[in-house]
Amino acid sequence: MTDDRSDGRGSQLLSVERVSVSLAGREVLRDVSFEIRAGEFTGLIGSNGAGKTTLFRVILGLQAASEGSVLVGGRPRSRRNPMIGYVPQKFLLDPDTPLRTRDLVGLGLDAHRFGVALPSRTRRARIDAMLEAVDARGFADQRVGNLSGGEQQRALIAHALIAAPRLLLLDEPLANLDLRSGHEVVALLARIAREQQIAILISAHEMNPLLGVMERIVYLAAGRAASGTTQEVVRTSVLSALYGHHVDVLRVHGRVLVVAGEAGELADTSDPAHTQTQVEIIS
Amino acid sequence: MFSGFMVNAWVVASIVAVVAGLVGFFTVLRGSSFVAHAIPNGSFAGAAGASLIGVSTLLGFGVFALLGALTVGLLSRRGRHDVATALTLVTMLGLGALFVSLNVEYASETFSLLFGEILGVSSGQLTPTVALAIACVGAITILYRPLMLSSLLPDVAEARGIATFRIDLAFLAVVALATTMTVPVVGTLLIFALMIGAPAAARSFTDTPLHALGLSVVIALLTVWAAIALSYATDYPVGFFVGTISAASYAAGRGWAAWKRRAGLPGRAARRPTPVLSTPD
Amino acid sequence: MNGALAAIVAPGFFASAPVQVAAAVGALVALVSGTVGVFTVIRGQAFAGEALGDIGTTGESGAFLVGVGPLWGLAGVAVAAAAVMELIGIQRPRGRDLATGIVLGAGLGLAALLLYLYNVDHSASGATFTILFGSPFAISSSTIPLVVAFAVVALGLMLALFRPLLLSSVSPELAAARGIPVRLVGGLYLLALAAAVALAAFTIGTILSTALLVGPAATALRLTRSPARALLAAGLIGVGAMWLGILMAYDSYDWPPAGHGWPVSFFVVTLILLGYLLAGIRHGRRRRDGGRRSSTLRTTALERPGD
Repeated sequence: MTDDRSDGRGSQLLSVERVSVSLAGREVLRDVSFEIRAGEFTGLIGSNGAGKTTLFRVILGLQAASEGSVLVGGRPRSRRNPMIGYVPQKFLLDPDTPLRTRDLVGLGLDAHRFGVALPSRTRRARIDAMLEAVDARGFADQRVGNLSGGEQQRALIAHALIAAPRLLLLDEPLANLDLRSGHEVVALLARIAREQQIAILISAHEMNPLLGVMERIVYLAAGRAASGTTQEVVRTSVLSALYGHHVDVLRVHGRVLVVAGEAGELADTSDPAHTQTQVEIIS
Repeated sequence: MFSGFMVNAWVVASIVAVVAGLVGFFTVLRGSSFVAHAIPNGSFAGAAGASLIGVSTLLGFGVFALLGALTVGLLSRRGRHDVATALTLVTMLGLGALFVSLNVEYASETFSLLFGEILGVSSGQLTPTVALAIACVGAITILYRPLMLSSLLPDVAEARGIATFRIDLAFLAVVALATTMTVPVVGTLLIFALMIGAPAAARSFTDTPLHALGLSVVIALLTVWAAIALSYATDYPVGFFVGTISAASYAAGRGWAAWKRRAGLPGRAARRPTPVLSTPD
Repeated sequence: MNGALAAIVAPGFFASAPVQVAAAVGALVALVSGTVGVFTVIRGQAFAGEALGDIGTTGESGAFLVGVGPLWGLAGVAVAAAAVMELIGIQRPRGRDLATGIVLGAGLGLAALLLYLYNVDHSASGATFTILFGSPFAISSSTIPLVVAFAVVALGLMLALFRPLLLSSVSPELAAARGIPVRLVGGLYLLALAAAVALAAFTIGTILSTALLVGPAATALRLTRSPARALLAAGLIGVGAMWLGILMAYDSYDWPPAGHGWPVSFFVVTLILLGYLLAGIRHGRRRRDGGRRSSTLRTTALERPGD
């Protein structure tokens, strides 16, 4: 199911249209379509191996789609796209590398330009402001390799944000963080999205940490996607159709649980017997 | 040891050290120690080939170095980097074995080419050395920013529109030129030790990239100066001193870093905020 | 059929005693190197393999100083160097290669000193040449038992360690979680590598030592994802390249210019490179990856081999 927002493409930042990707003979993504508009907070949810990273790589131009297209700001992806900022998941930096947080953020400003950056007060001020915005002043002069997971995440976010993108892509930022650091990062992103009207696309295998801030969701399963608001997509009927077998979507104390049913069994939403889910609470 | 014929050695060695420190900084950053060893090692075959066809050995060396760099770059695109480097190296050496078997009289200058010799520096070598040095320093300066980002965060760099493959090739070419330069003094087998030992030590002493770059150059200069002085005094090959001093610098750097960690520098703790919610990973 | 064979194989090939020795030695080394090589490629330790060979030859030329046989000298120094690398103890690939490079630098520096001291009339050139470019195929009858012993040690360690080594090479965290002593396994692997490289460098020279360690294994891993099949394939490819290289070297006796034939190492290395490139074409077609890949120049040991 793809959402149909037919009120024109005016403020459309990103449009993924019927993208399919095959890798090593295996179809990783099939007919994925969705749209992102200015200022929207979107979650790309899917379990590991569902194709989230592949989809990101297609959007970023690191991977070619077998079919379909990606439009950025209404035009096909060009090589350099200042509108999209990227925060990768893995950061292979070791503590031996001489690079401070402020140096990493500084690279975000002008790494695509040749030569050496001439130190100037304006440059330093911009870097300081960005560090302040992500609450990184405290470790600005520490080596990036020495930072904790959450701190590194914020450093990478600052690196991406300083180039003033309109859309920020974050690849599983919550994956290696404990709950509290995760909450902090999500709160930070929501604040940035609100204050600077930057669209956020964040991939995760768990949607619960994002429920409070996520306006739209792109749910990936079995290589296909369903997109829309959380209300529209996170339902038994929609997800069962996506997975191709019955799953139950439950809300427990505001948290969402997607529970797999018997394999092969497809939900028949017209049958009243199926809509009565058996729930047993074990105290 | 500062008399006439030695002046050349000091001058050339200093130039070599500056380039080695600069290029070495990125070599260590990118984890390219193997490449830095393989390219000059294999390029020796080019010198053998050059003497076979009666061309300057330096030219043969340089050509092979650049071809080797190109091959490593191309093979790395679709394969593991260390496999690409190993295969390129053995192929160059295989060709070297062929050239050597076809030209038996080559052997005389081998030792000094391999392990370095201070007396082997003629004033005629000054010009090409300076030219190559300017080319290397210029290239590093121009490439500095995109090279930094593509070394640290290749995917992010690619997404930014930086042509990381071309940057990789350019860097490999610089390594080829830098190692070619060093044939006169340090010897092909040990230039890589200078290129990795000095920066490896430097980065233990400072957190800032530009400072680490400068410190790499300083340590490299100190290394070659000590090596030349000791070689002059003992008549042992320069390469021996370069290898051992580089290892000592590396060890010193590691030791300092370990001591800092154990001592838990107070500066760090003070600057870190004490957030209530987050727990350190 | 006989005519075709005669065209490819110069007369006297199969009957020649040096050829038989070379073929036997070469095959043994190819099998050992291929086996150890598969893990070397998976672990991303090709540099260590090459470095141990280079450093080891220091021991080979210096062995007489301590009064031991050259193979023992080679192996002793190689094992010592491997131990130093292990003691420096860095697990991350970049740092580990840096440590390898530093140890190699110190080792080569020492080699320079030794060569200088014990060849004061500067016929050091001759010695260095043999070390760098020689492929001696040396195996006098007195060293046969020792050579075979080294081969057995290296192969035995690999087979004994097969499963824990495989797991800890592909995923150290998972292996540690399962209770595998990752560092010990890594250390034993380096020991096997030192033995294999010593064996190869001594018998067929350092060039072929590295070539047979890395090339057939990398080719095999491009052709199959199964480690067991890769071991088999690596051995076969190595032996094949070796025998074909020996044949070509034999045939080249009459080629210009000098009438003593082209070196075996040249042919074997060229064949190995060709094999790797051909496997790459096949591998590339299989993946059907239409995309521009981001640079793989900085890989971790966890990256899939052949990527």
